[in-house]
Amino acid sequence: MKFFMIFMLSGFMFSASGQVKISGRVTDTRNKPLAGASISILNSYDGATTDSLGSFSFNSSEKGAQVLEATIIGYASFQQKINLAGTAIQLNISMKELVTELKAVVISAGAFEASDKNKAAVLNPLDIVTTPSANGDVTSAFKTLPGTQQVGESEGLFVRGGTATESKIYMDGQLVNNFFYSSTPGIATRGRFNPFLFKGTVFSSGGYSALYGQALSSALILESKDLPEKTEADLGFSIIGAGGGIQHLAKDKKSSWGVSYNYTNLWLAFKLIKFKPDFFLIPEYHQGDANFRIKTKHGGFIKYFGYISANKTGFRNPDIDSAGLKDAFSITNLNTYQNIGWKDALGNGWKINTGISFSTNKDDISNEVEDANNQKQTITSPAFFAYKNFTLNNRAAYAQARLVLEKRMKGLNAIRFGSDYFYSNEKATYTLYNGTAFSESIQDHLWSAFAETDIYLTNKLAAKIGGRLEHSTIMNKWNAAPRISVAYKFPDNGQASFAYGIFYQNPERKYLPATTGIDYSSATHYILQYQKINSLRSFRTEIFYKKYNNLYKTGISNTGREVAINNEGSGHASGIEFFWRDKKTIKNVDYWISYSYLDTKRDFLNYPTAIQPSFAARHTAAFVFKRFVLPWKTQFNLSYNFATGRSYYRIAYDNTQLKYIITDAGKTINYNSMSVSVNYLPNIGKKNPRSFAVWVLGINNVLGQQQIYSYNYSYDGSRKEPVTAPSKRFVFIGCFLSFGIDRTQDAINNNL
Amino acid sequence: MKKLILLALMTTLTVAGFSQSDKYLAAMKRNLAAIDSSFSNPPSLLSLANTFERIADAEKNQWLPYYYAALCQVNYGFMVTDKAQTDNIADKATALINKADSLSPKNSEVSCIKSMIASCHMMVNPMQRYMQYGQESNTEMENAMEQDPTNPRPYLLKGQSLKYTPEQFGGGCKTAKIELQTAIDKFLVYKPASELYPAWGLQRVQQLMKECEQ
Repeated sequence: MKFFMIFMLSGFMFSASGQVKISGRVTDTRNKPLAGASISILNSYDGATTDSLGSFSFNSSEKGAQVLEATIIGYASFQQKINLAGTAIQLNISMKELVTELKAVVISAGAFEASDKNKAAVLNPLDIVTTPSANGDVTSAFKTLPGTQQVGESEGLFVRGGTATESKIYMDGQLVNNFFYSSTPGIATRGRFNPFLFKGTVFSSGGYSALYGQALSSALILESKDLPEKTEADLGFSIIGAGGGIQHLAKDKKSSWGVSYNYTNLWLAFKLIKFKPDFFLIPEYHQGDANFRIKTKHGGFIKYFGYISANKTGFRNPDIDSAGLKDAFSITNLNTYQNIGWKDALGNGWKINTGISFSTNKDDISNEVEDANNQKQTITSPAFFAYKNFTLNNRAAYAQARLVLEKRMKGLNAIRFGSDYFYSNEKATYTLYNGTAFSESIQDHLWSAFAETDIYLTNKLAAKIGGRLEHSTIMNKWNAAPRISVAYKFPDNGQASFAYGIFYQNPERKYLPATTGIDYSSATHYILQYQKINSLRSFRTEIFYKKYNNLYKTGISNTGREVAINNEGSGHASGIEFFWRDKKTIKNVDYWISYSYLDTKRDFLNYPTAIQPSFAARHTAAFVFKRFVLPWKTQFNLSYNFATGRSYYRIAYDNTQLKYIITDAGKTINYNSMSVSVNYLPNIGKKNPRSFAVWVLGINNVLGQQQIYSYNYSYDGSRKEPVTAPSKRFVFIGCFLSFGIDRTQDAINNNL
Repeated sequence: MKKLILLALMTTLTVAGFSQSDKYLAAMKRNLAAIDSSFSNPPSLLSLANTFERIADAEKNQWLPYYYAALCQVNYGFMVTDKAQTDNIADKATALINKADSLSPKNSEVSCIKSMIASCHMMVNPMQRYMQYGQESNTEMENAMEQDPTNPRPYLLKGQSLKYTPEQFGGGCKTAKIELQTAIDKFLVYKPASELYPAWGLQRVQQLMKECEQ
């Protein structure tokens, strides 16, 4: 038996010493050597790593049928059966590159992204709050990017020759109506939402995805944050108000809830800064929001966001048609918005993203003519004076349901499809000086279905092809919108993209009810882009051509209102844009420059012919500079916005020619505005600080440059008055504190 | 006879078993000896990472080879000059350390690697990524300290991270030295649980200390 054992042992030893040499070379499909690839005989210690020439060589003591595997990051793993029978093995291995998010071209024509994650992002979320001209307003930071206009007299994004209503804003896929506070004449209002609610923002200045619609020019797509990193509370005090909030993260880090409240009152600002209008109702805003977020088993989220705000303002301006009389305008607004959504992985490559939202808006507007003692006057001769006394009560409710399914295929290829239903009910009551009231209500059921596919042929070449169908009960017609974009990446990481798409939109609420038989207005976009982005420098240029068809023309209805009467309007916009951002050349300095050239004409609403619209400047430029001075714990920010003068017109109905004519026209002076802000962060570097404070000082239009947005004409056209900013400068001073939760209770008690 | 054959088979199996373990021990020791010299040479660090991964995949139930494979990968991640690669390498290290983690849960050494991986992700763009990865790195560091208070390596990592944090952000040599000294004190009394157990770091602490004293 000893013999048997010796036999067994010697057999084992024999296998340990009988080695086979395995060598070869690993290349990609273009025969370029791949260094650092791992070669192994599965389930054994034997293997090697390729050198800089892609070569490898090792000895194996394994026997018989084995599997040789080659792996390297970014390539599909390679396996081959080999038979180890004493003779040396020579192998040439060719590995196929995987299409991965990190390497693949990004389909980016038309889009600007602000996010931490995406490599194509040109801004990060913090840029939105540290750009001085933006004053922490979500949309205003985008006015320092190419494609947008420096319109100061009304809110919204005016993109590439489009009106503000041609830009729609989406939050987690749901359309946000009344994103801005209700309009006031001549004064742009802010966005309602705090920029810190969002983790990512995509601003598309054209050619956006088939998942969105009803915007002829532009889509701003906001994505809300997931779970907070830890529980925290914050408090803020500023010249315009105070607020506070809390975000609570559950112990198991699977869910969170938060609430916040803000109170804004411009009383103190009015004491310190001279405003042109005489505010008899000091702007006052109450705003509260609440949220919860639950992380699901498969890494998805259920998110709720709810918002309510109540605000009022009222101001007097001199009446343009008389000497000594005043126009007093006031508005109170109540707005609610709620959105609940669920996105998750369903397994097998399927993803779901669904949600519903509900919002209401209530505006009570009043306008009256007053004398020098601020007493209401009803003047019936001339007759038009009497119509300056009116009240307008708007009530609106909106609801939306949306479902998007995505199936991920091999690599990054995917198809996405879904449906969307949007309900709106808008009621307006217009009451004249004599108590005569006109009331009408507009309801719309807007149904849409959409599908798009991402096709990645290689890491270098990709396309997104999609389409969208819509049916609105206002038109009772269908529309079909194709969307295509293609992107190609060069070896130096620069990339070129092209986008084409057709976009449809309903008439604005204020021009409804329209004449029956009216159709959608539409725009066709062609965009060609080149960009080269890395973490320190970004360059982007775009050429675009946009053709408007079936724009709405307006006329006077038999109740005396301006309504959409036909689709005979049209227009075009074309231009070229540049963007350059650099964090590298000057140490500790981050700056960006953008420039847009725009050539546009359109014939719409009551325009008598195709003219350059009053909201479009030919040249627009912005410069933003940020520098953090570490020893001072202070960040200095500067922004300069420039635009050439805009056209203005007096368009009046001529009773002899029975049509609208231009009776006067001109061009405003160039727009220049320089804003600065300083952020001081005293707690940086303190060990276990109780709180983290940010002090902010911001001055808008620091040089006090004269800005004329447009002109208002008197009723008879004999006088015109410039429309300017309500104050020459605006100064903002504030302090924002945030606390980690363990000390929050003390801190709040100490501070309140 | 049957009994004898059975006995013989068992013996051979045991012998084979022993020699397998010897083989593991020998391979691990040989490659552990190569770790120190590879730290200045990224390609050999990657090669070593691959070797540990092969051992780990062949053994399947040993956490140490996965641990060393992850350690080599993450150090390779710190050294690679093409920042576009860093995240991929760190992700690879994460896949390896997760396997070590499932074989040896709540292990202080595993938490150290997780902290290093988070720092590696952060290095790609510290300004933007500090909030996420800086905190993750700190949390894992604290976990490591809690899981084994005698382990000097989390203090080394903490001292190292403080040294490279600007003074205005609470870093700098002054604060770093306190942690580095703690690490040195712990290294002096630290006894690895086995000869394959992690023992690296003393040289690195001493070097950092020297740089701080200059």
